Amino acid sequence: MYKAQISVSLRRSILDPQGKATHNALSQLGFDGIDQVRIGKLIEMKISADSKDDAESMARRACEKLLANPVTEDFEVEIISESP
Amino acid sequence: MQPLIHPVDSLRCGVIVFPGSNCDHDVYHVLKHDLKQNVSFIWHKEKSAGNVDLVIIPGGFSYGDALRSGAIARFSPIMKDIVRFAKAGGLVLGICNGFQVLCESGLLPGALMRNRSLRFVCKNVSIRTETQSSPFTCELQKGSILTIPIAHGEGNYIASGETLNMLESEDRVVFRYCEPDGEITDASNPNGSANNIAGILNAGRNVLGMMPHPERCSDILLGGEDGSGIFNSVFSHARRAVPA
Repeated sequence: MYKAQISVSLRRSILDPQGKATHNALSQLGFDGIDQVRIGKLIEMKISADSKDDAESMARRACEKLLANPVTEDFEVEIISESP
Repeated sequence: MQPLIHPVDSLRCGVIVFPGSNCDHDVYHVLKHDLKQNVSFIWHKEKSAGNVDLVIIPGGFSYGDALRSGAIARFSPIMKDIVRFAKAGGLVLGICNGFQVLCESGLLPGALMRNRSLRFVCKNVSIRTETQSSPFTCELQKGSILTIPIAHGEGNYIASGETLNMLESEDRVVFRYCEPDGEITDASNPNGSANNIAGILNAGRNVLGMMPHPERCSDILLGGEDGSGIFNSVFSHARRAVPA
């Protein structure tokens, strides 16, 4: 069993109004050194697969097919743990 | 002004119903009772849309907008047949969540993101008819301005520069948000959509996706009837397409 952590975020070229609003709020609260805030999604999956590579490959296919919209979003996949 | 109602006995309309659709009955009512067409609901688990001339994917929150609006609905069993129907030239109208489903399914290019304001916007807006050259606008005049309700949180149309250029050069932008006098301004853009886009066609011009709700303004009792021009265009188109 593998645990995959997938982050889906708006592509860099796309304005992120949620991140911008949050950045403004942080600035008003006195957090001066924060230059940018981007907000995305974290998706965790438990995957039964024969190998770490298989688990990662399945997670990537899931992103391409459903989890991320290629028009607006980028994704990153990380297999963070494995247990018997 | 009375709406132009051209009943076509043979026009069969199918309204797709996903879990979370909530404008399905509005569309059904307008088509059946105001415009006197044959209309049936099609549950999303059906594998075939059956014998229909027009498929409508209505507004709502299919699957509660889980993941992204339209992202899960587009894999419902019925969608395979809708894609087949559309590719064969069948008429498909996606309204609001229906537009989102059409973009997710790849039948229309681009995507609909969170409104620029981050707020759900529910109000009447003005849209300008940009082309008469479609089954959905053939009874409207190019440049005519419709007053029509919107109600969405994710209607901010986005596409690559290349795609936007293609939509513009192929005359596939059907409606644009505008001022009441027709001027296209940033202030009249309720959600931040690229080029003030409110509705687009596929390359075959038989699939229209639009954020505004024509079914909510096709009966004077509901406060307006500008939307009936879109449905009546479809009926006129269908009547012309059927040999006498």
